[in-house]
Amino acid sequence: MSFAHGFHLFLFSTHIPAGYWWIDFIRVVVRALMSMFGILLTVPPLIWLERRLLGFMQQRLGPNRVGPWGLFQPLADALKLLMKEDIIPNNVDRTLYVVAPILMLMPTLVTAGVIPWGPSQLWGAAAPNVNVGILYALAWSSLGVYGVVLAGWSSNNKYSLLGGLRSSAQMISYELGMGLAIVTVVLITGSLGTSDIVQHQANQFWGTAWMVHEGIGFPKWHIFRLFPMGFVAGAIYIISMVAETNRAPFDLPEAETELVAGYHTEYTSMKFAMFFMAEYGNMVVVSAIAVTLFFGGWSVFPVLEHLPPFMVNLYHSWGRFGDGLTDVVNSIIPTVWFMAKVFCFLWSFIWIRATLPRLRYDMLMNFGWKGILPIALGNILCVAFAIVYGYFVGLAIWIVLGVVVLVVTAGTTSSKKFTAKTRLQNTLRLTNVAEPFVTTAHAGYGRQTLPPDASSELTSSQPAGDLDSEKYATSDAVRN
Amino acid sequence: MGLWDDIKALGQEISAPGKGMAITGSYVGRDTITVSYPEVRRPLSRRARWRHVLNRYENGLEKCIGCSLCAGACPANAIYVKAAENTEEKRVSPGERYAEQYEINMLRCIFCGYCEEACPVQAVQLKDIYELADDDRADFIYTKDMMLVPDPNLT
Repeated sequence: MSFAHGFHLFLFSTHIPAGYWWIDFIRVVVRALMSMFGILLTVPPLIWLERRLLGFMQQRLGPNRVGPWGLFQPLADALKLLMKEDIIPNNVDRTLYVVAPILMLMPTLVTAGVIPWGPSQLWGAAAPNVNVGILYALAWSSLGVYGVVLAGWSSNNKYSLLGGLRSSAQMISYELGMGLAIVTVVLITGSLGTSDIVQHQANQFWGTAWMVHEGIGFPKWHIFRLFPMGFVAGAIYIISMVAETNRAPFDLPEAETELVAGYHTEYTSMKFAMFFMAEYGNMVVVSAIAVTLFFGGWSVFPVLEHLPPFMVNLYHSWGRFGDGLTDVVNSIIPTVWFMAKVFCFLWSFIWIRATLPRLRYDMLMNFGWKGILPIALGNILCVAFAIVYGYFVGLAIWIVLGVVVLVVTAGTTSSKKFTAKTRLQNTLRLTNVAEPFVTTAHAGYGRQTLPPDASSELTSSQPAGDLDSEKYATSDAVRN
Repeated sequence: MGLWDDIKALGQEISAPGKGMAITGSYVGRDTITVSYPEVRRPLSRRARWRHVLNRYENGLEKCIGCSLCAGACPANAIYVKAAENTEEKRVSPGERYAEQYEINMLRCIFCGYCEEACPVQAVQLKDIYELADDDRADFIYTKDMMLVPDPNLT
């Protein structure tokens, strides 16, 4: 077999003749390396983008000295980190200390294996359409939590331990939300394989018969399907993915002003670089999964996924090489669209970081368990009904549940506290009295009074001087 | 304060991040407020007190008459003045004396400006030259030729 024939088999053929199994083996290895390096090589441009874009959104320039527009800044960062002294503190658990960054980076790279970046059955992903695709991704991201908690534990530092525990608790809480949003998509698609999920969204449009035939119209991505259930699932997934990657506004465990640097305080040099790469790689991977599940993966309008006919003819006139070139370019174009969509998500990550203040840790956990999880469960219920009994049944149940939830949560105490503008407003709404707390119970403290113009409602109801200390139980020790 | 108000308030709270992102997003294409430092230097106020200069008169004679009032006024004892007589052949300043050696130890100087206030002829002044970083302690003793302004008649 000549080299050209072998190379052609390697690139294009799904059926390798017996005896040449090693062509398939090399193909597997090349695909795995492509996916791993694809994620790793995305990290330096992402670092550059974050620093520049964050700067522009904060009305300042980002780094612009190291190369044109600061493009070599990530290289300078990497060199600096490599040349730093690699310190291992004295009383750390050495094995865990060294293994923890690896444990955090590895799941990111491995998850990239099931992300479909193109439609081709051979080169479309590292593991094209393995039938447990999205479950594999979810399982590996759960294992990534080990890296965080082991980093915090092995650092022999109270604050690192706290940061590590907080971070891991946050990650597992929001993984539930992610998982339930993924269940929604799996229900709609009927398969766990990522290529199946993308195929379920590709080349399907809403519109007139002519529009659908021509391949234009409103794309039937999962985020628009079974509206608003797909949209709610997509929103839940997006919020959960920001929390999963410990990005702002969910970045309390690693915020510099809070716990020094959280679980990676004691790490320097290459190990810190691995945490860094793991965080950015995680951003890329969850964005890619979001694009795959909800935004149609590599698909846009079919007319944009192939070379235009005049270019195909041009290449054809170049002979067999031209035909090969056509095939190669045609398989690259959907990947470019996929990367453009992932780029939009990464832009949004940075945009959200520039805008939103940090969530306090208890607010974060409350939001995950009492907000995201019930909403995701209710959404799954509605999607299940919609699939079995038709869209309108599901929509009706969604509307009923939504109204019930809205009325209940808008009326609760916690929600009123959440939306009150002033303490006085809050107090009035909660108790209808201006002074719910009596401070005369404490010896030595004066009675807390309101300024005369506190509220018009107050002057119409009972006057402030009405609250006597006899009405409230005080302990005998204080009274005497 | 009814249910509808609560729902409206909830809606406002949910849409608040979107409005915030619209603001930060609108900053992206616009000019930044960064001053690109070595290419552009921000103008300082008129009375900014940085490095000393020794002035001259229009005819080229130095203003400094070596009276050491600045050395006496300096709270950090940073100035060293060694005076010498003006002779007929060599006239450096109008008056009897001139400063043969005039040194300021910038590591001791606190940039208070008392020397500028004490000088009777307005010879020493603190200007807005602030790029004074160096890496050897000995180089921080600024001598007279480092601080003297150029002779206008020689340019």
